[in-house]
Amino acid sequence: MNIATPARSMASGTTGAPRHPSTAKTPTATALAIRLTRCAKTWPDGTRALEPLDLEVQAGETLALLGPSGCGKTTLLRMICGLEQADDGSRIDFGDTDVTRVAPEARGVGVVFQGYALFPNMSVAGNVGYGLKIRGVDAATRRRRVSEMLALVELEALAERRIDQLSGGQRQRVALARAIAIEPRVLLLDEPLTALDARLRQQLRVDLAALLRRLGITCVIVTHDQEEAMMLGDRVAVMSAGRLEQLGTPETLYRQPASPFVADFLGTLCRLQGEAVRHHHGVDTLTFRPHEVRLDAPGSGLEARIEARFFLGSHVRFELRLDDGQRCTALATASAGWQPGERVGISLIPTPPAQETLPC
Amino acid sequence: MMAAPHRAAPLTSRGGRRAALAGRRAWLPIAIPAATLFIAFWLLPMAKLAGLGAATPQGMESSAYWLVVTQPRYWHSLANTVALSLGATLATLAIALPVSRFLARHPHFPGRRALMALLLFPLAFPGVVVGFLVILTTGRQGVLNTLSRALTGEPTVLAYGMAGLFIGYLYFLLPRTIGVLMAAVEGIDKQWLEAAQTLGARPWRRFIDIELPALSSALTAAGAMCFATAMGAFGTVFTLGTRIDVLPITIYDEFTHYANIPVAAALSVVLGLATWAVLYAANAFAGRAAHGR
Repeated sequence: MNIATPARSMASGTTGAPRHPSTAKTPTATALAIRLTRCAKTWPDGTRALEPLDLEVQAGETLALLGPSGCGKTTLLRMICGLEQADDGSRIDFGDTDVTRVAPEARGVGVVFQGYALFPNMSVAGNVGYGLKIRGVDAATRRRRVSEMLALVELEALAERRIDQLSGGQRQRVALARAIAIEPRVLLLDEPLTALDARLRQQLRVDLAALLRRLGITCVIVTHDQEEAMMLGDRVAVMSAGRLEQLGTPETLYRQPASPFVADFLGTLCRLQGEAVRHHHGVDTLTFRPHEVRLDAPGSGLEARIEARFFLGSHVRFELRLDDGQRCTALATASAGWQPGERVGISLIPTPPAQETLPC
Repeated sequence: MMAAPHRAAPLTSRGGRRAALAGRRAWLPIAIPAATLFIAFWLLPMAKLAGLGAATPQGMESSAYWLVVTQPRYWHSLANTVALSLGATLATLAIALPVSRFLARHPHFPGRRALMALLLFPLAFPGVVVGFLVILTTGRQGVLNTLSRALTGEPTVLAYGMAGLFIGYLYFLLPRTIGVLMAAVEGIDKQWLEAAQTLGARPWRRFIDIELPALSSALTAAGAMCFATAMGAFGTVFTLGTRIDVLPITIYDEFTHYANIPVAAALSVVLGLATWAVLYAANAFAGRAAHGR
């Protein structure tokens, strides 16, 4: 496979409807599916890090593992690359190969660590070329591959820099280049953007999403940031307390959450119940996202008082309080002029059902 | 961009300049006593010592320095000291590194505290006690000799030769070195090793490529400390009463037995210079090795 060729994924057709036609992705020749069968992890002191779990990452797919800290997502990632040994009875397959007992150094997995773990005693080029050096690739080929990789992450000019001369964003890209230089069958990223400041994270998230689509490599990303998971993952696996809560496309998770945990974790979810709700909407519990609320002059339906108004540039956020004390949040366009203390009518904007668009 | 002039302003203002001056003056009360101590207890005695070495000993025709560098007796003593110290330093590092790695990587195992206490126990021992320990183990009445005679009928006595000195030096160098290296191993980021592992590096390769470079400054520092300590070691050698001359013993002999103060002074200066020269060379070598990769 030639990682440096961007056009590859455009050439052949995809099965199933891609989420974004312009970024359609097909597995490259070497992309492998990862299959976890009854994978569990118990620490020596007896605590369960991971309940037995089945999970399949399709070839060429990017799967985001999303969850709060301590939910077992990093443990799962470390089991896939072999740095953590799964409990007896667990099984991990890469394609048709059982790798459960294969050592990390023989798995051919590219890993980007949370703190990047770049080698301080080597230059940027030395870091990127290290995996190739281990594999006995000759110096000339190595130099060529390293400059290809650095071109891919747009760091050609910094090849001879020391690691401590790089900014956080540059380090992240060096770590990525080092991980993909070995042409891994599987790429794993552990919180790849967490160490960066918010503005840079926004930019690198877009860059990383584009790069992963270009590479067409099977990829697992661990993150606790729902926006990052939704942007980078073709599918997102939401985890909580060592369990898989739900697996699906970002749209499915957002619109048809399988549990209150999933609903809460992917953005704000409002819940209203009681007599007024039953009277106006004919249901016991009304659940909705803040952007699905429409505010009108009071009189027609459910009524609330505006407690607070936050102007956020592209939109305005209102904190609302019903007469019986229940609270909810509403997002309105930036031109909404309601002020705190005013009474408004609440109605819901109907939203289309989620599109099940599994890639590949 | 808006913040730049605001941040620059206090520095150019009068208050800022006064603060900067005060900052510069603030260390004077500390610097003056430090400089006084340095001059009184280091510079003056050292100058006196160096001056003494230039004197001509009684019944001789040339300065003590000239004698020290021309007479084979002193040369042998210097060569013995450097060889013994270098050998002991390298052996100490070679033994201490795996031990420190093991202890740093296994923070919990039964008996770890006891083992640590035992390993660090000889730290406080004076050279005399270390010498005595060597005699107990490898002397004429020692454990080794008893065992050897029982098994082979031949006596094995190491205590009073080069081997005995070597063992004695290890006794007092190892505890210090293990402490320093353990801290250094604990300071290595585990993710570096894990990253190397996922890139395909097997244990030996990870040790050479990642661990050793990360430990190089600690190894250099520990090695320098070992070497300098060994060069000046006196009590152990004195207790063992070996026929092998090392410089500290030679200096002691010149000073107390022959009252040859100029030669004792000249030898002290030579001991200092030789230690410095070897450490300088080792540092330069380590530095080049680090840059070479």
